[in-house]
Amino acid sequence: MTMQAASTEIASRTAAIIDEMKGLEGPLLPILHSIQEEFGYVPKDALPVIADGLNLSRAEVHGVVSFYHDFRAKPAGRHVLKLCQAEACQSMGSDAVAAKVKQLLGIDFHETTRDGSVTLEPVYCLGLCACSPSAMLDGEVIGRLDDEKIEEIVAEVRS
Amino acid sequence: MIPRIYVPADSGALALGAEKVARAIEKELKERGVEAKIVRNGSRGAYFLEPMVEVATDKGRVAYGPVKPSDVKSLFDSGFLTGGHHKRWLGAPDKIPFFAKQTRLTFARCGINDPLSLDAYKSLGGLRGLQNAVAMAPADVVSQVTESGLRGRGGAGFPTGIKWKTVLDTAGDQKYIVCNADEGDSATFADRMIMEGDPFVLIEGMAIAGIATGATKGFVYIRSEYPHAVATMNKAVAIARKAGVLGLNVLGSPNAFDMEIRVGAGAYVCGEETSLLNSLEGKRGVVRAKPPLPAIQGLFGKPTVINNVISLASVPIIMDKGAAYYKDFGMGRSRGTIPIQIAGNVKQGGLFETAFGLTLGEIVDEIGGGTASGRPVKAVQVGGPLGAYFPRALFDTPFDYEEFAKRDGLIGHAGITVFDDTADMLKQARFAMEFCAIESCGKCTPCRIGSTRGVEVLDKVAAGIEAEKNLALVADLCNTMKFGSLCALGGFTPYPVMSSITHFPEDFKPAPARVAAE
Repeated sequence: MTMQAASTEIASRTAAIIDEMKGLEGPLLPILHSIQEEFGYVPKDALPVIADGLNLSRAEVHGVVSFYHDFRAKPAGRHVLKLCQAEACQSMGSDAVAAKVKQLLGIDFHETTRDGSVTLEPVYCLGLCACSPSAMLDGEVIGRLDDEKIEEIVAEVRS
Repeated sequence: MIPRIYVPADSGALALGAEKVARAIEKELKERGVEAKIVRNGSRGAYFLEPMVEVATDKGRVAYGPVKPSDVKSLFDSGFLTGGHHKRWLGAPDKIPFFAKQTRLTFARCGINDPLSLDAYKSLGGLRGLQNAVAMAPADVVSQVTESGLRGRGGAGFPTGIKWKTVLDTAGDQKYIVCNADEGDSATFADRMIMEGDPFVLIEGMAIAGIATGATKGFVYIRSEYPHAVATMNKAVAIARKAGVLGLNVLGSPNAFDMEIRVGAGAYVCGEETSLLNSLEGKRGVVRAKPPLPAIQGLFGKPTVINNVISLASVPIIMDKGAAYYKDFGMGRSRGTIPIQIAGNVKQGGLFETAFGLTLGEIVDEIGGGTASGRPVKAVQVGGPLGAYFPRALFDTPFDYEEFAKRDGLIGHAGITVFDDTADMLKQARFAMEFCAIESCGKCTPCRIGSTRGVEVLDKVAAGIEAEKNLALVADLCNTMKFGSLCALGGFTPYPVMSSITHFPEDFKPAPARVAAE
């Protein structure tokens, strides 16, 4: 999945996504989500194809992609672990949770472990504020993080 | 009758292990050769009791919680399929004090049944509001909503009916209903709960808004951090379309209305209505200057109603029971009910829908039961990252738009985060600035630059560098941000910052004194 596809391959798969979605009203965000789903990130080589397909300038497309936190410029690790760092989780010790996870994985936020197993990211609210501190691992939600759950998560992403 | 077991699939319940509980129940049923149907409902909102499993018995529902997978065997041994006693036994859900004290109008159905069963929705009064609306003139629907006193539940508190009237009165070949489901404020999860637990009420509310204003197309813009809500809403829209609730003839009437679910991309500022509209159009989520109002030139330049999830989900009950019924609840100019979300360091966290008017102290101490850590409450932040921090001294403030404004606070989307006495308010004030810097859309200078300068100046205060002078600078900066920013992100960041400084001055003393004091 993390293997970067050749640029012609990227262009043709991107063009197929655009063809399918360009009839939507305001199609750019849905297209970018689909591209990220397809490749695991938004490849640079996809941008001129999008610009061409939607009759936008490359600068406009780049502006949109770079505005949103969700769109990745390079592939993530095999797992993506998001730790909530917003106020409700802060009140329940999310700082300490983050420090512990960073120490166990040996990486900081926005980094991927050298073996490519996991990318660590902060997130500002998962809507699990009555079961703080919370996290999301590959789309699965986890509440009331404690040492035991943290160790379980780390073991899972490392395996 | 085959017994029915309800195990929530709400993401809050899933985060606490509901999926494992469901699987354990399934396994136990198989091993014992017992026939029963497992229904995946939403959550009723008492997260301190989740996963809360319910069984339908001859005498009504019986709840058990919080259930761990390891409890399942003993639950069966205690005969929980007929409501037998067990250490997790809670009795009839509506008799549990946390629920018995609530007034559930908007959340009347949330968490009771399978959220994707349209029949279950109808059996509990669903679609009656829409049925009434299709038989009325649009202007009459708008006046019902206006008379109900419903105000925007997203935070701004603008009267919903007035917004609708502007759209109704504005000519346009195409009009839109946009639902703001970009619920980014920490401590809020009401929108998520309704979308996961009772999605048809939002669809019904949007269809009513469409009929009332002449809009034929709706969009729900849901944040990407809510994948479960996105999945449930997509399924619900498909079901509603198939059943004729949406489409060319809404409930068989000549009114057309259809809708689409759209997903955000991790930008907090897109919860601001004009940047949300830009994002829907496929642009950077930068804020637009107002005027023109979205009601006149909104999505793609067309007249657009943009409302929060809870505002729209409150409309069906108003159209079902009438404006007077809804208006009867509440106080002053805050009419109806508000789903208060009690979160953070609190013993009994969850969603509590009630009429306006409870005091902050009643909410935190009595309903929330104080802190989870058992330590004294130091501060509560009301209204998300842009809301003020209130100390215990302000716990007599009634939950009401105007009463909170009088005390330099806001109720916002009605989320409350509780902090115990280990909280460092200088750190919280710095975070407010830091968050604003991370999430600023960059269009206006007070927000874009002010937030970064705010972090730097507060760091100087923390380091004990000319604390008094630098605090005066923070106050001045906050004043500029409050009055000079284009939207609430830069404009309201001063609330958490200044309230921390005002109410907790001891936390802002120079570092050596702070160390000595500890």
